Amino acid sequence: MHNFASFFKHTMNFNFPSTRIKAILLLVVFLFVGLSYTNKVVAGEAHGQEHGEIKEDGHAESHTAEKKGFDLSEMIIHHVGDAHAIHIFGDLYLPLPVIVYNKDKGGIDMFSSSNLYEVKHGHQVFKSYTSSAGNTYTLEHGKIVTPGVAHGESNLIDFSITKSIMGMFLALLIVLLVFTAAARGYKKNSGKAPSGIQNVVEPLIMFLRDDLITPAIGEKYAPKYTPFLLTIFFFIWVANLLGLIPFIGGFNVTGTLSITLVLAVIVFIVTTVSGNKHYWKHILLAPGIPLPIKFILVPIEFLSIFIKPFVLMVRLTANITAGHIIILSFVGLILMYGQQSVNTGLGVAIGSVAFMVFMFFIELLVAFIQAYVFTLLTALYFREAKQEPHH
Amino acid sequence: MESLMSVSVGAVFWASLSFLIALFILKKFAWKPILEGLSEREKTINEALESAKEAKEEMARLKASNEDLLQEARLEREALLKEAREMKGNIVSNAEAEAKEKADAIVKKAMADIEQEKKAALSELKTQVAEFSVQIAEKVVKKNLSSNSDHMDLVESLMGDLKLN
Repeated sequence: MHNFASFFKHTMNFNFPSTRIKAILLLVVFLFVGLSYTNKVVAGEAHGQEHGEIKEDGHAESHTAEKKGFDLSEMIIHHVGDAHAIHIFGDLYLPLPVIVYNKDKGGIDMFSSSNLYEVKHGHQVFKSYTSSAGNTYTLEHGKIVTPGVAHGESNLIDFSITKSIMGMFLALLIVLLVFTAAARGYKKNSGKAPSGIQNVVEPLIMFLRDDLITPAIGEKYAPKYTPFLLTIFFFIWVANLLGLIPFIGGFNVTGTLSITLVLAVIVFIVTTVSGNKHYWKHILLAPGIPLPIKFILVPIEFLSIFIKPFVLMVRLTANITAGHIIILSFVGLILMYGQQSVNTGLGVAIGSVAFMVFMFFIELLVAFIQAYVFTLLTALYFREAKQEPHH
Repeated sequence: MESLMSVSVGAVFWASLSFLIALFILKKFAWKPILEGLSEREKTINEALESAKEAKEEMARLKASNEDLLQEARLEREALLKEAREMKGNIVSNAEAEAKEKADAIVKKAMADIEQEKKAALSELKTQVAEFSVQIAEKVVKKNLSSNSDHMDLVESLMGDLKLN
């Protein structure tokens, strides 16, 4: 605390107004991020106290802690993973629609996820629900199941709008609204200077078009792929940022494998469809290579067309999930020490919040970099698919 | 960890559907007008710059030709001035010469007139003197010449007078 107080004092003492504004902004972000996790801290502590787990002897890691106490990895998986409700804070859970296709009965059941849980002290307690069609459902490990049916033999296909899917809709909606608004500006201000949202959007689009897409693909084919790559970039970026906004449930859209899988598959399909004669010849015949080596090289080249999008998927998912896990780990630290005593928890909170703020800024950067890298690599794959024979 | 690394059919379905719909809408209603607007504007700006450059060149050309014209005009003016100055000099000297000639002629004429008048006057005087002489002679003749010497004196004085005139 001392360090930070003196740091701010030092920073504030500069006479330049911009430095002062920066310091104030930093302070606001500091408080904001700190506060956004406070509800979790408070909830955790209340939970711990109720179950009487703050041990007199200070040993929180007793055998009871595993059952009822704070489990760091479970908490992290819970927050990073997908869910059937959005946890805003405390007891406030936003229910999401559950849509289930029942293979046995051949029907679709649709109901609110609020039927499947009750909120007690900030935690969900799951219960079963029988739909109007007479099917019974419950939630087990975050999955909709029919009670009594073993895992792996599930008779259900879950088409629910989960938290991540909701986040994806939200991200796409934001991208749609922002860019169609900008597009209207281009129609309205045709032949005139840009105004309003155009000025926000234009440098980004210009940057992507002139410094990423066109140099990567080449003048000839760039215009064909620009709309797709712009969509990919802005969706990933907005989705990444969405995951960093506190108080809206901690979306982990681009850290959800199902969603990044879809992106990777679309990239794979577009690359494969775009591939010209030279591209396929290069992969399947490996011209100019001695025959024995061809036997090794061709399978590798062939596999690479699948590996490339797969790597895209893993990189994005892992990076974003890792960022969330790190921030949550710092929250977890506070909760773990909070179980020893409230004061220890508060003491750890100071350091933890400082690191969270640091990580928050890193994550803001990562949000952009991952979107950039995904777009750049996709553009390079397209270039490869459209490569002309001379090179 | 299992929940993180699992892929759900439903999520894949919704993600594909929403992404493809969004891609379609964005392509048609956002990227197309934006990218077209951008390239349109780039074209307009390039054209504007091009025409500005041309206008600048045109201006430079005009300026150069103006300069030439101005130079020409200046030379012409100088030539005109020189000519005028020369003409003025000529006129003045001509006028002077003429005036001098005229004045000379007038003086000459006046001299000639005077000479003539003088001659006329002299001849008239001579005539009158002759008349007077005749009259005097008459008078002298009419009068009794008391002496020859007196007579001669008189004649001589008269003649003397005559010569003086």
